[in-house]
Amino acid sequence: MIKLEIFLQTLIQGLLLGGLYSLIGVGMTIIMGVMKIINLAHGELMMVAMYIAYVLFTAFQIDPYFSILIAAPVLFFLGIALQKYLINPVLRVEAIIPENQVILTVGIGMVLANLATIIFQSDYRQTPLSYASKTWYLQDYWKSSPVDLSITAPWLVTFLVAVLITLGLWFFLARTDMGKSIRATAQDSEAAMIMGVNVDRMRVITFGLGSALVGAAGCLFIPIYYIYPDIGGQFTLISFVITILGGLGSTVGAILGGLVLGLFESLTATYVGMGWAPVGRFAIFVAALVFLPGGMASLLKSKRMK
Amino acid sequence: MMKNAFPYIGLGALLLFPLLGFSSYLMHIAILVIMWSVIGMAWNLLGGYCGQVSFGHAAFFGVGAYTAGMLYSKLGLSAWWGIPASIVVVTLVALVIGYICLRLRGPFFALATLSMGVILRITAENLVKITGGDIGIMIRERTWVEKIWYYYIILALAVMTFLVVKQVVGSKLGYYFVAIREDQDAAESLGIDTTYYKTVALCLSGVITGLAGAFYTNYMGYIDPKVVFALHDISIITIMVVMVGGAATFSGPVVGAVIMVLLAEMIRSIPKLGAAHHTFFGLLLIVIIIFLPNGIVGDFEKIRKLFRTRQEQP
Amino acid sequence: MSLLEVCAISRFFGGLAALKDVSFEVRKGEILGLIGPNGAGKTTLFNVVNGFYRPSQGEVRFQGGRISGLKPHQICKRGMARTFQVVKPLQRMSVLDNVIASAFLRAGNKQQAAEAALEILAFTGLQQDRDVISKSLPLGKRKRLEIARALATKPELLLLDESFAGLNPSEIEALISIIRDIRERGITIMIIEHHMRVIMSISDRIVVLNYGQKIAEGTPLEIGRDPLVIEAYLGEAQHA
Repeated sequence: MIKLEIFLQTLIQGLLLGGLYSLIGVGMTIIMGVMKIINLAHGELMMVAMYIAYVLFTAFQIDPYFSILIAAPVLFFLGIALQKYLINPVLRVEAIIPENQVILTVGIGMVLANLATIIFQSDYRQTPLSYASKTWYLQDYWKSSPVDLSITAPWLVTFLVAVLITLGLWFFLARTDMGKSIRATAQDSEAAMIMGVNVDRMRVITFGLGSALVGAAGCLFIPIYYIYPDIGGQFTLISFVITILGGLGSTVGAILGGLVLGLFESLTATYVGMGWAPVGRFAIFVAALVFLPGGMASLLKSKRMK
Repeated sequence: MMKNAFPYIGLGALLLFPLLGFSSYLMHIAILVIMWSVIGMAWNLLGGYCGQVSFGHAAFFGVGAYTAGMLYSKLGLSAWWGIPASIVVVTLVALVIGYICLRLRGPFFALATLSMGVILRITAENLVKITGGDIGIMIRERTWVEKIWYYYIILALAVMTFLVVKQVVGSKLGYYFVAIREDQDAAESLGIDTTYYKTVALCLSGVITGLAGAFYTNYMGYIDPKVVFALHDISIITIMVVMVGGAATFSGPVVGAVIMVLLAEMIRSIPKLGAAHHTFFGLLLIVIIIFLPNGIVGDFEKIRKLFRTRQEQP
Repeated sequence: MSLLEVCAISRFFGGLAALKDVSFEVRKGEILGLIGPNGAGKTTLFNVVNGFYRPSQGEVRFQGGRISGLKPHQICKRGMARTFQVVKPLQRMSVLDNVIASAFLRAGNKQQAAEAALEILAFTGLQQDRDVISKSLPLGKRKRLEIARALATKPELLLLDESFAGLNPSEIEALISIIRDIRERGITIMIIEHHMRVIMSISDRIVVLNYGQKIAEGTPLEIGRDPLVIEAYLGEAQHA
């Protein structure tokens, strides 16, 4: 019974983490879909949002969940500025090494992480929230339950908000004119241009949007995690793994990829050991590369065909 | 005439350099510059000529370093055995990494290699019984106290690497590498087994980098996973060495190594700025990519023109 | 004697069939024209024949052996070379180096490769441009470089994908004579072409594709009179 309880608890934890991962992964995926580049400063942008939320909390006691409303727009404009003034000019530069823009985003990430270290020192910081340890137990509500499962308030709220934002994004991409233009640009930028879509503008907006999404994710992480300046690199890698897992550029794939990764990491942490969770992350990544080159998106497609 | 003699004069100067009685600190800097030249030349073979940009060369450097370290800590052998041993070990690792990553193209290859570096770091951190984990490996008996012998060993490695690169680039292999860089589909349809040749480039580049890693263990006498598998301080600096100097040029990696090592030392020596060295490197990277995308050697004409027009307009 | 046999090839993308049950053969020493309206599946067929795509059904046989399933470089080694509709020169290499890179396939060392390359450059009339970096070549010469590069692999069968598109009349005349010379050397040619006058004048036989299916096969004279072919082309003209 204990074994089952641990297993179920691990699944719940993995699902909650996966919801958040989905949000992080989706941000990178839409940038990749539209720009055809990988933004290796993705995690560092998230880190910037985390420090914004942290400062808002310590200075004005603003709840991290509310600071999404501030941090996400700030990140939106930061993303736009990066795209317009750094990345876009480089797209036109000719060089021997083809991965110029990717290396450029590495440079941006290095600067952001290092500046954070200078401003905030490399200490681990946490925001003490009143509800941080509020926990609900299953047996409090269902006395005769054979297993006792628990869920903490910040994890649940974070998960729900992440799902809400992801659904909002999906609605935006599927239903609004601008969302459709973005999707058209991602599919075939030349065709989109002929159809009258302002492709350059869509690229800039998409970069802003992707940054805003990961910014929101950063705020959602504050109540459940601690922050330190180098935290970004790890999330850049996570979002890349999700992007590969999901199938390059596929939004639905990224959402599934995030969930799968969350579950898998949680399982590795429980059954192999905490320190190995990141290895589990990469093991599944390697497995996806070798056995499922098109990612989750290819599975979805082949199902639809039947 | 002068052009033919230049490499020999350069080599002579490098051979005589340690005899001039520089301080141990300057010798240390010289050794670092040569070591980074080796790594840069190795990366250039894969990234500059073959067009496969690796973000994970720390994987090879670290495996080389740990091969040397573990021969010492586990088998009680001299860590110098790591140099021949790392050729075998790194080749195997490169084959595995190649099998996984080379099916991806462009930026996805880059990121996949980056992940490989991280995987190896985490593995080294967690396999405490084998690698010593975070504590790392300390080589207690140093072979020499004076730096001069280390200098000559790494110089020999650098000369060897330079000759290998020169030989490869002028041969069928070099033509095939560049053909793959310029257009993989065209190369494939011209009868070039792109997967095979990319694997060759990866192995060559990895082994040379691994040799530098094995040297590093012997020279520094201490390694730990965070240092030898470092993403920024090894993998990214490797790319910067080549990008600053000039990709797909013979002298680019050497020029890049000189600049990067000196810059790093300068920044570190100024106490207030030391903490910001990644900011400087990041900014340098951004500036280079925007203004000198082919590096100092590759865009030398651009630099010369810039100075000429300045002189003409007083 | 047939050099290449395309046997009941189909190729699907998603649910769509780009090629449906296409069969024909290329005989040793002939020039076979492959025509059809836009989107008929001509380039897809080349990609299947040269190994970029695996056929979904059917098989391709070359010099008596099955080649479908092999990789492009293996097929090239067996003696088949191709050019691309959208030219793919090795941009930052000189014209000579482009051809040397391909000549290495059949050369023992660099000197042999260079000799072979120079000979081919002379043959294709590119010797004056040998040191030009290929991305700065004008289109007409880039198309010729594609052919030179393919020839350097010493093929038995040469696949030409719209080598005439975008050329001016004098360039077209020059290229026609080069293609005839290539055939004189004993190399079999399969050519995709939109330019009707060119295809009618140089082809021995023609295969016509429409919507991924073969609708006709025969001599230029027969094809010119075939009602199905005329309808396919008229249909296209009406859409355009």
